[in-house]
Amino acid sequence: MSTLLKVLKYQARDAIRSQWLIAYGIFFAIVAEGLLRFGGDPVKAQLSLINVVLLVVPLVAIVFGTVYLYNAREFVELLLAQPLKRRQLYGGLYLGLTIPLIVVFTIGIGLPFAVRGLDLSSWSALAALLGGGIVLTCVFSGLATLIAVRFEDRLRGLGVAIGAWLLLTVIYDGFVLFVLAAFSSYPLERVTLGLMMANPIDIVRLALLLRFDGAAMMGYTGAVFLKFFDGPAGVIVTLAALTLWVSLPIALGVRTFSRKDF
Amino acid sequence: MDSVNGMIEISALSKAFGPIEVLRSVDLTVGRGRVLAIVGPNGAGKTTLIKSILGLTHPDAGRISIDGAMIGGDDAYRARIGYMPQIGRFPENLSALDLFAMLKDLRGGTAVVDEELIDRFCIRDQLAKPLRVLSGGTKQKVNAALAFLFSPELFILDEPTAGLDPLSSSILKDAILALRSAGKTFVLTSHVMSELEELADDVAFLLNGKMLFVGALDDLKKITHQVTLERAVASLMTPAVAGPTR
Repeated sequence: MSTLLKVLKYQARDAIRSQWLIAYGIFFAIVAEGLLRFGGDPVKAQLSLINVVLLVVPLVAIVFGTVYLYNAREFVELLLAQPLKRRQLYGGLYLGLTIPLIVVFTIGIGLPFAVRGLDLSSWSALAALLGGGIVLTCVFSGLATLIAVRFEDRLRGLGVAIGAWLLLTVIYDGFVLFVLAAFSSYPLERVTLGLMMANPIDIVRLALLLRFDGAAMMGYTGAVFLKFFDGPAGVIVTLAALTLWVSLPIALGVRTFSRKDF
Repeated sequence: MDSVNGMIEISALSKAFGPIEVLRSVDLTVGRGRVLAIVGPNGAGKTTLIKSILGLTHPDAGRISIDGAMIGGDDAYRARIGYMPQIGRFPENLSALDLFAMLKDLRGGTAVVDEELIDRFCIRDQLAKPLRVLSGGTKQKVNAALAFLFSPELFILDEPTAGLDPLSSSILKDAILALRSAGKTFVLTSHVMSELEELADDVAFLLNGKMLFVGALDDLKKITHQVTLERAVASLMTPAVAGPTR
């Protein structure tokens, strides 16, 4: 385990000084501050932030992640020539990318709320928002690490990264809407729920909207979702789906990395 | 190769990337305390051979042992190797000092640190700056210093003097010769034959993944009836001479 922590320590130290990462934090601080200043109500601001988080966090995690790791390629070769285990190095690289992203994101969004001081219920809503963003960071930086070790050609890798983001943010929702429209005469609540569970962004979106009482706006479907998410089965399925989305890319990446020829 | 028990012993090493056979049943022994130069045209398999020794590339067949111990599985053997890659590209926002500290950490705190090369290169005042602001030559000096830092038994240097000015290049060559006298083993590649002539005891000549000649530098010159390594290597590339040596 110690090799992982050593790699993580220096890798994170490098990543957190990257100007792109700093810009990422400032972006969220400005958006949160703006929404608070012009929207007034912290709950409204958080509701608006959900959509920004769902769009921007996956994009930055996957694009910054792949570019960063492609740039680190020669350095990774130098590290591989040291006495260390490949799976530990992979873990260090993944966490050295993920943790700075999480830290910068949390500070960026948290700071404008923190300086204002919030009541307890807004704090718990803010925690949910940050938690959602953190989970998405873990998923998409995992995908980024997998892509960077899987594709030798960096342009192709970057294309796959952007493609994956487009697929999960835009194309997948289009597909879901198409299914709902095509089978609109059938009861589709459970099918929809299943489709949502297959996409990490949708899981986080649903979980967050339901927390913010958005269920009331979704009519009967919303009631079905609320019932599902409130029950223990719903919590278990959601956590299982998210765990799978975080761990599967890491597991595949470790496998690829261990066998890879540099 | 005089030493029976070499520092590196490679037998029947083969590696293919898809349909391209990069190494074809390569045998090589590197004697302890000797400097071996791997020569050959671009794409001959030199870098793949080096990366196989380091465990960066997994061979399809064959055996590699370092100091009598087979490699594969255990990573501890790399603690005895100092590797200098062709191009030193490092994390942009770290300093050379961070880099030294990182590798020291990774190798366990007990490693004896040899900072002589840093002093001889006169780069101490550059070490605290972020690596992204260093010139290409300075980065290459940091790259060389990293390979020498942990007083390894075996040095693997891929084009060590590329990108260095004549003075720094001489400093590096002096360091190599001094450590060779102290019993350290070196594996080098370079396209500068005059440089290898100055440093190498033995030559390994690779062409299209096949080892066409392994032996003392002087033997190579004798066999090819040439006075310089450059001429000798050039004449090896013509099949008439390459045939009888293997």
